Amino acid sequence: MSTTTTEELSATTLLRFATAGSVDDGKSTLVGRLLHDSKSILTDQLEAVERASASRGQDAPDLALLTDGLRAEREQGITIDVAYRYFATPRRRFILADTPGHVQYTRNMVTGASTAELTVILVDARNGVVEQTRRHAAIAALLRVPHVVLAVNKMDLVDYQESVFAAIAEEFTAYATELGVPEVTAIPISALAGDNVVEPSATMDWYGGPTVLEHLETVPVSHDLRHCHARLPVQYVIRPQTAEHPDYRGYAGQIAAGSFRVGESVTVLPSGRTSKISGIDLLGEPVDIAWTTQSVTVLLEDDIDISRGDLIVPTKDAPATTQDIEATVCHVADQPLTVNHRVLLKHGTRTVKAIVKDIPSRLTLDDLSLHPHPGQLVANDIGRVKIRTAEPLPVDSYADSRRTGSFILIDPSDGTTLTAGMVGESFASPEPVKDEAEDDGWDF
Amino acid sequence: MTATVATVEEGTDSPYALSHLDALESEAVHIFREVAGEFERPVILFSGGKDSIVMLHLALKAFAPAAIPFSLLHVDTGHNFPEVIEYRDRTVEKHSLRLHVASVQDYIDRGVLKERPDGTRNPLQTVPLTEKIQSEKFDAVFGGGRRDEEKARAKERVFSLRDEFSQWDPRRQRPELWNLYNGRHAPGEHVRVFPLSNWTELDVWQYIAREGIELPEIYFAHEREVFKRGGMWLTAGEWGGPKDGETVEKRLVRYRTVGDMSCTGAVDSDAETLEQVITEIAASRLTERGATRADDKLSEAAMEDRKREGYF
Repeated sequence: MSTTTTEELSATTLLRFATAGSVDDGKSTLVGRLLHDSKSILTDQLEAVERASASRGQDAPDLALLTDGLRAEREQGITIDVAYRYFATPRRRFILADTPGHVQYTRNMVTGASTAELTVILVDARNGVVEQTRRHAAIAALLRVPHVVLAVNKMDLVDYQESVFAAIAEEFTAYATELGVPEVTAIPISALAGDNVVEPSATMDWYGGPTVLEHLETVPVSHDLRHCHARLPVQYVIRPQTAEHPDYRGYAGQIAAGSFRVGESVTVLPSGRTSKISGIDLLGEPVDIAWTTQSVTVLLEDDIDISRGDLIVPTKDAPATTQDIEATVCHVADQPLTVNHRVLLKHGTRTVKAIVKDIPSRLTLDDLSLHPHPGQLVANDIGRVKIRTAEPLPVDSYADSRRTGSFILIDPSDGTTLTAGMVGESFASPEPVKDEAEDDGWDF
Repeated sequence: MTATVATVEEGTDSPYALSHLDALESEAVHIFREVAGEFERPVILFSGGKDSIVMLHLALKAFAPAAIPFSLLHVDTGHNFPEVIEYRDRTVEKHSLRLHVASVQDYIDRGVLKERPDGTRNPLQTVPLTEKIQSEKFDAVFGGGRRDEEKARAKERVFSLRDEFSQWDPRRQRPELWNLYNGRHAPGEHVRVFPLSNWTELDVWQYIAREGIELPEIYFAHEREVFKRGGMWLTAGEWGGPKDGETVEKRLVRYRTVGDMSCTGAVDSDAETLEQVITEIAASRLTERGATRADDKLSEAAMEDRKREGYF
């Protein structure tokens, strides 16, 4: 880093990624090596870890202590919560969501994966694809993480044999593809010896692909605007009402998907009113076009009623609004989610009352088996739910749009975040669940 | 906005990939606007340090051309750098802001808080902060904390719920999914909001340089009378230093962080410009807290313990 100039440092993109795997797979060692070899662990941090390790009677610094920040974690020697780590190379800035392998496993991995553009799944070369690996792949597929890396670790313990790596890579790729994972990159590594993590392996000359870090540095950050539905959830209406700006009325929000242009015809949902974009203000700079994930303020030609919670979309590409949502959910709270549960649903910038009408099935991630009518979902359960909302919502399918196809359920009494939801079919629902008689006159 | 479209190696990114500073800026602005949309009385903690200055800059951009819909709150330890107080007052004036001050000195004068034997006032800030939040009925309190600063902070949420005593319970945190922040809270509770969660020290400096943000002079190299305590250069002054055996000397230093004078150390530096500061930080092998904060050296869990008690 010391040779990097200021100019080079400013011209980088940002990659959010998550790691999945247990301590036994060598996850801490891999993360530690990525941070250490990219010179992101500073002297005082390393000294603090060395002091703490020594006071525990350990010979070598325990790199897990870098991320285990809470007293309870260090006392119990486990990771409780998602830890975010930050590092940079001259090519990219990275945000790593390091998710623990044991406690609240599913909840934490779902949280980490929800904003990740890439997930690194670790397997032990001696064990190959195991139940936990299938669970990790299922979560990556469910959360639609665009890029998956299979890091086959501990290659040093299988004599760096190509055949071992090839068999694991083949089995995993077949499974992940079946789940709908769009891209798998398998890399043979030894986190302990440093093979193919930052530096290419001197031992595995049969492998011609990138190291883990090279892949992280070059994987495309996915913003393919051509296939995206443009969506702008309105966060706030900016009205200065000053002598200088007496009539300024701007709709502020972060573009959730796609792009918007000045002159474009837009529809405001759920009202359905239409207008044209007369200006886009990109944090003080007028622009002709803006795209995800820029925060902008949009001005319209007509003075129509728009407030927080509305969604601005291109008139030619507006989603349908609905009060009946079917989704795959991950339950994240200690209190269970039950049929007839009255909740709040936050979608984009709108929060509405809703009721859980049905929980048709619960899903076991290990083998993707479905358990019909579980009655409730408890913490770390994945399941299908049917929800009726008090007001129509313009939802997209999660498969089309991670931002506008997702929602959270909130307990109205104590504000707890109950459940993370993804609208539409998941890989795990081979046959659409049959609708029972709808109760149209639902009363809140 | 000097670089909206990043120039990275050919073929790796679409032209629509944001530069890391644009991505972080957009995320922070989104957080400010969510709070403006969902809370009644938000306030920005403003110390005159670089992180709070960047927060204010982001807030001004988020609501322009309208005024920011928040006031500022400074927890004043009484051990202030005069340059920083001058900067604070000038900034408040320039943007026609409303400033609340919670004064630690006031609490000491009234006998509510006792001066600690080591003269450090950092831990004393929690009570005045909490009482000001309660008396002003602030429901969202923006802090400039970053997850890269410290390992307890690395587990902090962007929206962090606090009870009526401002206490933080790391085991009862709400999972944060996508960018759907949950700001629900009961009367008397409030939410601490950290728009710079995902920024690093280097990002903050790069952003200051890109946006041309003015900072208090003490962030740049200057000659200052300092003395050594606990391995750090502290500014000599009425607050309680130097003591027996400590000798004052004149050195060329700058501050990497700005806090209470009694526990914020200066670093040897000849970096006089933003460019030189960024180069210095990029090459530094110490974290900013490790280099400059005495209070974090107390124990492995010093920050976690302060945060649980309601600290920033």
